[in-house]
Amino acid sequence: MATSSTDVPTGPSTPADENPSAHLTVDDRVGLLRAMLSMRAVEERAMNLYRQGKVPGSFYDGFGQEAVSVGATWAMAAADRLCVLHRDLGAHIVRGVEPSVILSQYMGRAAGITSGRDGNVHFGDYRTGCVGMVSMLPDMMLVAAGMAMAFKLRNEARCALTWFGDGSTSRGDFHEAMNWAGVQHLPVIFVLENNQFAYSTPIKQQFAVNPVERAAAYGFPGVSVDGNDAEAMFEATRIARERAISGGGPTLIEAVTMRMHGHGAHDDMKYVPKALVEEWRQKDPIDRQSARLRGLGVDVDALVKEVKAEVDAAAKAALAGPMPDPATATDRLFAPRDADEILLEDGAAPWSGFGGSEP
Amino acid sequence: MTEMTYLRAISDGLRTEMRDDERVLLMGEDIGVYGGAFKVTDGFIEEFGEGRVMDTPLAESGIVGTAVGAAVVGLRPVCEMQFADFVSCGFDQIINVAGKMLYRQGLPVNITIRLPSGGGFSGGPFHSQNPEAWFMHSPGLKVVAPSTAEDAKGLIIASIRDPNPVIYMEHKNLYRRVKGEVPEGSYETPFQARVAREGNDLVVITYGAMVHTALEATADLDGASIMVLDLRSLVPLDEEAILNAVHHCSKVVVVDEANQTCAAGAQVSALIAERGFEDLDGPVLRVASPDVPIPFSPPLEAAVLPSVDRVREACRQLLEY
Repeated sequence: MATSSTDVPTGPSTPADENPSAHLTVDDRVGLLRAMLSMRAVEERAMNLYRQGKVPGSFYDGFGQEAVSVGATWAMAAADRLCVLHRDLGAHIVRGVEPSVILSQYMGRAAGITSGRDGNVHFGDYRTGCVGMVSMLPDMMLVAAGMAMAFKLRNEARCALTWFGDGSTSRGDFHEAMNWAGVQHLPVIFVLENNQFAYSTPIKQQFAVNPVERAAAYGFPGVSVDGNDAEAMFEATRIARERAISGGGPTLIEAVTMRMHGHGAHDDMKYVPKALVEEWRQKDPIDRQSARLRGLGVDVDALVKEVKAEVDAAAKAALAGPMPDPATATDRLFAPRDADEILLEDGAAPWSGFGGSEP
Repeated sequence: MTEMTYLRAISDGLRTEMRDDERVLLMGEDIGVYGGAFKVTDGFIEEFGEGRVMDTPLAESGIVGTAVGAAVVGLRPVCEMQFADFVSCGFDQIINVAGKMLYRQGLPVNITIRLPSGGGFSGGPFHSQNPEAWFMHSPGLKVVAPSTAEDAKGLIIASIRDPNPVIYMEHKNLYRRVKGEVPEGSYETPFQARVAREGNDLVVITYGAMVHTALEATADLDGASIMVLDLRSLVPLDEEAILNAVHHCSKVVVVDEANQTCAAGAQVSALIAERGFEDLDGPVLRVASPDVPIPFSPPLEAAVLPSVDRVREACRQLLEY
């Protein structure tokens, strides 16, 4: 294997030139909105639970960035695999993780994906084909590249996708993963979630050249996408996936967005100019998708109510669930030899282009 | 049975498992066309192809990180760090990604990481280290260290089959120095200690290359009957075998080639202090490298690495106690 790419792409493809909704049915477009609404409602509820002292530690959300994870995940097939970052709850929602399980996870309850062993969005449900992040960023770029390496070795038409932030492009694993994926021409999609700040550090102190421009130096295309437009995110990812599974190699997608809340609930974000937040407030991804669908005659208010009721019920269920048994704290450090092999399994892939299996 | 070197036994184990299981692939720097810096994988690329004997970019974090990704979708990667020392560049992926995945998310990571370790040939500070304790201290990793050709083969096969991340310490100074009878075909060596020599008056507890140092040091020690316990596995540590040996001999010398502080032998000593105290007829003595980088020049290196004389001296001191 390790067919190196000899033709360095001359320039990024520009999905914005195409009609981003050309491959989306109305049901898809509603599905995108619904998943974003669900992400926001779950996170808002979690923030309230945090303020009530029911979410231990701090709480980290993706308010205003919902389109990045929802749009990209909508383009992924059931057999594709994802490594999910902490502001990308929408990925888990699209792949089929229940809101009550997510809220249990935040509260450190037994019913959470990690059974209380890890917090926040530090989880991946292997039954949905997702691997959870670690806090060292962007470690999962290499893990995703490794999944893609396996797909290529086995001649499978599948791809891997992972998200990472602007700050993590400064670390060595970014280089190692970009280089590895370029050298081996792997079916992997790297989504750079550029939300302008890494904790308090603005991007101008993070890099001198936008990382999307570095992609060409590794031998594959980099494209910048409006990260607050779920349909544009879907379309860019769909194109990248097509390239990946047809042997075209990796793609770096820069999702340009803004972190609208502090790094965590403990962060008042006073280092961010208020005018900047206000400017991005006007580009809210949920407002934009809602306006589109209202134009198509969709009853968005009913959808909002439906999602709210679902999250209310989920919170009730999560709060009723037990905390983990302290006696389990040292369990499952090693897998037993005789157990059935556990691998990542297929997740929900609701896009109509795959036949529309429901999340 | 065939007589072969420790190095050939590792190769034999890898080849046997690759023939038996097409999910197994080897990844590392210069392991394919060149056959590896020490030639462990010499000839492999011809038999298994460049997909399964992968010459990777020079990127240790990349090797481990991509191996984790490949493992969770069904492959069984065996990573070679060209020298154990270089594993520091892949440390984060081992500690934080591979080691914690199962505990956090219920997803096992079946990877094996081979670390050619140890000194004794003027490798200097960056080609001589014994970093096994780094991994013993980090939850979720198994650590094994064969001392014989037979165990080198059996432990590499067992490591590949184990569903967890396994750090396989292969001592460079044993590669061609140690030979032994190795069974044909496939077999596994358990992650348990082995008695390298029976004895009654004192036990030397050690692993890896120091097993041979200990055997030589105590082969004829003023007529004393000295047991040598070869740990073979550091995680899991065979506590029962250690405590049985302490009970039987009552005097213990623990030998590490690694730097002394918090070395594997420190854990063995702590175990004995906690659970073997009543069986002791003297203090637990330790022989290890002092806490300095492994120096390059032969007289300096010899002054640092535990020698036959130092082990003999410690045993004499304790026998007279």
